[in-house]
Amino acid sequence: MSTLSERILGGSAGTYVDREVDRAFAHDGTGVLAMEAFRRMGVPTPARPETVSIIYDHLAPANTSQTATLQKELREFAAAAGFAFTDVGGGICHQLMSEGRVLPGEVVVGADSHSCTTGAFGAFSTGVGATDMAAIWAEGSTWFRVPDTINIELTGHLPAWCEAKDIVLTVTGRIGMDGGTYRALEYTGDGAAALSMAGRLTLCNMAVECGAKTGLFYADRTTQAYLARYGHNVERQEPEDATYCRELHIDLADMEPVLSVPHRVDTVAPVTEYAGTPLDQVFVGTCTNGRYEDLERFARIVRGGQVACRTIVVPASRAIMQQAAETGILAEIIAAGCMVGPPGCGPCLGMHMGVLGEGETALSTANRNFKNRMGVGAEYYLGSVATAAVSALSGEITSPEGAL
Amino acid sequence: MTLSGPAVCIGKDIDTDLVIAGRYLRTKETSVWAEHVFEDLDPTLAPRLKGAVLVAGNNMGCGSSREQAPVAIREAGAIAVIAPSFARIFFRNAINVGLPVIECDGITCHDGSMVTISLEEGWVETGGVRHPIRPLSDRMQDILAAGGLVPYWRNR
Repeated sequence: MSTLSERILGGSAGTYVDREVDRAFAHDGTGVLAMEAFRRMGVPTPARPETVSIIYDHLAPANTSQTATLQKELREFAAAAGFAFTDVGGGICHQLMSEGRVLPGEVVVGADSHSCTTGAFGAFSTGVGATDMAAIWAEGSTWFRVPDTINIELTGHLPAWCEAKDIVLTVTGRIGMDGGTYRALEYTGDGAAALSMAGRLTLCNMAVECGAKTGLFYADRTTQAYLARYGHNVERQEPEDATYCRELHIDLADMEPVLSVPHRVDTVAPVTEYAGTPLDQVFVGTCTNGRYEDLERFARIVRGGQVACRTIVVPASRAIMQQAAETGILAEIIAAGCMVGPPGCGPCLGMHMGVLGEGETALSTANRNFKNRMGVGAEYYLGSVATAAVSALSGEITSPEGAL
Repeated sequence: MTLSGPAVCIGKDIDTDLVIAGRYLRTKETSVWAEHVFEDLDPTLAPRLKGAVLVAGNNMGCGSSREQAPVAIREAGAIAVIAPSFARIFFRNAINVGLPVIECDGITCHDGSMVTISLEEGWVETGGVRHPIRPLSDRMQDILAAGGLVPYWRNR
């Protein structure tokens, strides 16, 4: 019996396979290097340009003339190559791929480590570097080592003040930063089935933070209903009695709001342990937690109040921003004193739009708290949207318990 | 053929943001990455990498998929990276850019002590002790032998 990764890749764990890539994508950062490698390979045209997307999200819009010039070059290259191109303002590549571009059973490769995000659809979705991406453009396929799989069985009901982010931070703390290396994470159980697509995407997004190749959910009714909104009629995937290299069981009723403490994602502690830590900035967004459901949760808490520290909110895509504008939650977020940034990665990678200063402390809904990443000499905690919202209102780290 | 150079020791779980910070990525100039490699980890490290063997702890190169990380290490002059385990994207990237990465357990690293590597015979020797290395797949060996994925592709 096979794991979902074995089924999609068509081989058993530990073997090497060559697979056609159903969807490939790169962003403004990795795309430039992939373009350079592709040119040096001397291949006249890409094998299957219709399967390739280029999405500008990392420095969107460009922060310097140097960046703008590189973006101009890649934009022209993408047009000549016949790739699907999304310019600045469209949103984060992983979110756009989640808006109807990835289907269950597909092999999806992105030139970004968080490409594991769309495993939430029951696809084998993973990240590579720029030269591998160039070879995929050239050939339409790549090689994989079929991973062993850790089964993470979720059961029970999540308390109202907890969310998918608390689950994934807890999982990362349990597995550790390299406990998933060369493995895949499969989420199963009634607790997994009860999660929305947004929650599943949050869980799969952070699979790479414990070294995993991807995170996967089996496509079910929730997946079908979500993809039907984009005009896709997909089959469900049923789990088999597979052989896992490790099994983890998590009762969601035991969850509590948690944080990843600087500077390791796997140093996870209850929010209450750090309550009262003064904050210079709160950042809500990214491919982990910038979805509509996240903004709605954030708005529900800050509605009618005023944030007590610098608070930056960045929707993960234009569609999300537009929906938030139409339903009025964007206005509520702005009225609460937050700054709203253009769809994209925002300050997550420490390049622009909210980079931290030396000695500053922040709370972020992103996926990495590596030393100096979001600002040289700064410290930042990772937490849920609800934790970010209550902490923004108080200006210090605060547990959302009881706020919802 | 053997590779030989003085060891430069770094810790475990070294992420690619520490190898080369995001603020240096928006260029195609590889010399910029070489100049700033490991700047946020230890600013004295870059000049010591020329001809050196970088010896890291577990989970070397975790985090971002940025290929500038192995390129920066290569351009700074390091001849190989040894670790008990690597993050998978970094490992693939390093092979693809022609930087030998070697999975090897049990090495006690001392800065400056000589490390000798035989990829063909599959061992690393330092401090008079020889350690076996985990073999690469045939294809990875071919890519590395060609000097990276681009020359491998051009030679096919």
